[in-house]
Amino acid sequence: MTTTIEAPRSPYSRAPRGRGVNWEKWGWIYMRVSGVVLIVLIFGHLFVNLMVGEGVSALNFGFVAGKLADPFWRVWDIVMLWLALIHGGNGMRTLVNDYATARLTRGILKLAILGAVVVLIVLGTLVVFTFDPCPAGAPTDLLPLFCQAS
Amino acid sequence: MPAAGTVTSQQQKTTSRRPAGTLYRGREGMWSWVLHRITGVAIFFFLLVHILDTALVRVSPEAYNTVIGTYQTPIMGLGEVALVGAIVFHAFNGIRIILIDFWNAKYSKIMFYVVVGLWVLTMLAFVPRHLINVFSH
Repeated sequence: MTTTIEAPRSPYSRAPRGRGVNWEKWGWIYMRVSGVVLIVLIFGHLFVNLMVGEGVSALNFGFVAGKLADPFWRVWDIVMLWLALIHGGNGMRTLVNDYATARLTRGILKLAILGAVVVLIVLGTLVVFTFDPCPAGAPTDLLPLFCQAS
Repeated sequence: MPAAGTVTSQQQKTTSRRPAGTLYRGREGMWSWVLHRITGVAIFFFLLVHILDTALVRVSPEAYNTVIGTYQTPIMGLGEVALVGAIVFHAFNGIRIILIDFWNAKYSKIMFYVVVGLWVLTMLAFVPRHLINVFSH
């Protein structure tokens, strides 16, 4: 049996890639593009919810309903939801690829990540689009002020 | 492919005292990488919980207020400091990674200390105000 030994000082070279979309490259680009957008979205989210007024102690249903009644915050939250979950899911996939050594374990963990991401994106999107800031029968003092006007 | 024994310009870089291509080995490069991973995992798991608790607005005002009330306790208030600290580090170090990739890797170590400095400034702006909100209610 003969073995070809590479020249000892030949530079590192990658195996040529097959045809088709380079998903790893687009994942790499996605992490950077979504990361920049998420900094704006999450810093804005944290500022409005934790810094303005009385911060975390002012949060309640009325506060969230007041925000979600505004199309501006609905778009903000939906974009943040999708970008953050896919960014986080892809990051977790990287860690699983790095640290889970058995093929089966990697498969199970990545399926679990994918499942969590898909379920929460669907749940979060449905909540934002079907949300009623003035649910019938709810105590008036828990609702945003504009519910009393109607 | 060069013949054996030929020294290419690529290899000359690796014969220097400080090996090339070690952005992530040891010292600042490694610790920023470790912190980026740890903060990333922590933020991911918080995100899962946070979407579930926010989804309670669709259940009832009472259900949402009960759960959000647990975020307003002193212990969770300290947890929010840790959460914001993790997010701010991950954000600034993420910009550092983008700058290394698209601009210049030469400043990776300096940029790590810029990240730490900006993190301290951001936390100085956030933590006192947040703790007053948590402990005065």
